[in-house]
Amino acid sequence: MAVLLAVRAASRGVCCHLHLTPFASSTRSFSEKLTSKSKTERSGAESTVDHLIYTQEHFALKESLNKIIEQEINPFVDKWEEECMFPAHRVFKILGNAGFLGVNKPIEYGGLGLDFSYSVAVAEELGNIRCGGIPMAIGVQSDMATPALARFGSAELKKEFLQPTIAGDKVVCLGVSEVGAGSDVASIKTKAVRKGDDLIINGGKMWTTNGTQADWMCLLANTSEGPPHRNKSLICLPMKLPGIHIARKIDKIGMRSSDTAEIYFEDVRVPYKNIIGEEGMGFTYQMLQFQEERLWGVANVLTAMDNIIRETIDYTRQRKIFQQPILHHQTVHFRLAELQTEVELLRSLLYHATAMYIRGIDVTKLASMAKLKAGRLAREAGDGCLQFWGGMGFCSDVLVSRFYRDSRLLSIGAGADEVMLSIICKYMDTLPKK
Amino acid sequence: MSARVLVGVKRVIDYAVKIRVKPDNSGVVTDGVKHSMNPFCEIAVEEAVKLKEKKLIKEVVVVSCGPQQVQETIRTALAMGADRGIHVEVSGKDSDTLGPLQVSKILAALAKKEDARLVILGKQAIDDDCNQTGQMTAALLDWPQGTFASEVVLEGDKLKVVREVDGGLETVRLRMPAVVTADLRLNTPRYATLPNIMKAKKKKIDVVKPSDLGVDLTSRLEVLRVDEPPQRQAGVKVETVEDLLSKLKEAGRI
Repeated sequence: MAVLLAVRAASRGVCCHLHLTPFASSTRSFSEKLTSKSKTERSGAESTVDHLIYTQEHFALKESLNKIIEQEINPFVDKWEEECMFPAHRVFKILGNAGFLGVNKPIEYGGLGLDFSYSVAVAEELGNIRCGGIPMAIGVQSDMATPALARFGSAELKKEFLQPTIAGDKVVCLGVSEVGAGSDVASIKTKAVRKGDDLIINGGKMWTTNGTQADWMCLLANTSEGPPHRNKSLICLPMKLPGIHIARKIDKIGMRSSDTAEIYFEDVRVPYKNIIGEEGMGFTYQMLQFQEERLWGVANVLTAMDNIIRETIDYTRQRKIFQQPILHHQTVHFRLAELQTEVELLRSLLYHATAMYIRGIDVTKLASMAKLKAGRLAREAGDGCLQFWGGMGFCSDVLVSRFYRDSRLLSIGAGADEVMLSIICKYMDTLPKK
Repeated sequence: MSARVLVGVKRVIDYAVKIRVKPDNSGVVTDGVKHSMNPFCEIAVEEAVKLKEKKLIKEVVVVSCGPQQVQETIRTALAMGADRGIHVEVSGKDSDTLGPLQVSKILAALAKKEDARLVILGKQAIDDDCNQTGQMTAALLDWPQGTFASEVVLEGDKLKVVREVDGGLETVRLRMPAVVTADLRLNTPRYATLPNIMKAKKKKIDVVKPSDLGVDLTSRLEVLRVDEPPQRQAGVKVETVEDLLSKLKEAGRI
């Protein structure tokens, strides 16, 4: 005969680390309650069935990376934001050990040799870090300073620089922008003059992410006279050489946990063989690197936007004005619906571009469109959501205000909106002919 | 050592998810809700993999019972270092009523079939909090058990287990084969590294049916009703101790 029992709703142990009782007795949060220290509920498509570009391995990858983020990074973000620095060597070593820094890099140098869709999955998951600075720094390490080296560098250079970067042992920075040249990359002034078997470098770089902690720099410099698109080279530059001065760590309104340096070079001597690939091809290599950098940035900000929209919903659901939740006012839930719609549109563009890119198709136009939209949508979403938080949105200790500051950079760095527009116009053949 | 370890893992609703009770009070909402490996099962897998890395045991076989989706959970264990998986297929009505008694019968049958020296399980699942499967499995096999383990040391053919009990720590020595259930402080589960996630794709997962193992899944329990805990009411502030006493008297508390 069946024994009938009324089974009570299970009470679950929350966050195991805090409790000593053998019978996990802490009550779980049910439905509506808003805990102040709630773990970031994960964003992004959860279904493993029929995803456009992701397989089960992509989801397993995100799951594992999420654990690292929640245990090794997020608990310290507030502190690192305040200190305007995060321990790059420590964080990159953890990520390197888990294989997340060399996802699409060659297997012989410690990479995984997977296609770019895996890099996009990593970029998306990093959007669950509760600031913009650290994902940006990771992106430089994994996808912005190394593609040219991986593709065109000599075996010797790859062994010395690429391998330890993928392992997380060496921190890299990208030296392209200068005080006098940002969007106009061709007009950079740093020179690397050949002298025997060496190059002598003079000049400087600006806006260098990871600049104060880096062990080496992927440097773009003029290596000859001649047409500005054909006289530059990418050079692997160790950062401890005499003549390299970290002039200052720049104080920024956002991305504060990421150290950004202004650097000067005074007669810095480096072997000529440190040039990546062919001399004079540096500009072309750098342009090739940009497609991946741009798609990476889009993937990253999409998750962050999902998170702040969701946090805004949670906040406005419990905060009351005029006797009802803020969320009940139509202007609020309608606006959030508009923002979420645009996020999904951008996500579709990202997956479209990624799917084509891994098939070997040039996606410069789509990547530029995605980057343009990402920068602008992030500003709209940040500004719109912050408004609904009212006074709380203006405080430093909520995620939405940090997102508002951090995401402003997206319309500027990695190719300003105006540069993106020029590229798109070039493809649309609407630019005035010379 | 040619020993084989069997590790049981359960797919449960992720610990960070806010649980909602179904409108008909028949259970909790599971559709479209994020699931992951029971945290105590992760600790169990980690312990087994560590033993293999120390070369004290030869093979880690991970088992899970349930519908198709549990294969994801098995894959996670494979990505952590388990060698192969067994998916005991239980679906539909049977999977709703699957409980410790049925699972322990399955595990006992598999432990015999796979000639396991050691069965490691999580101490309890975070959805039902039963804390029964390990104990039942040991009883069915007539094997010694070391539950709530915070430390496990292999000493030849014996197992020293430090158990976390209400009074403190208890150390027992068990003759193998034995059953161990993992408690929180046994270890810190490793991250599945990306290389291992990709390698796990190639590892084998065998699918078996409970009937193949001679196990009857009939449940002796019936869930009548599931309710949320009562909403916590706001407290009442009082000015003086006298007020506090009179309010408590009014409420019949003293």
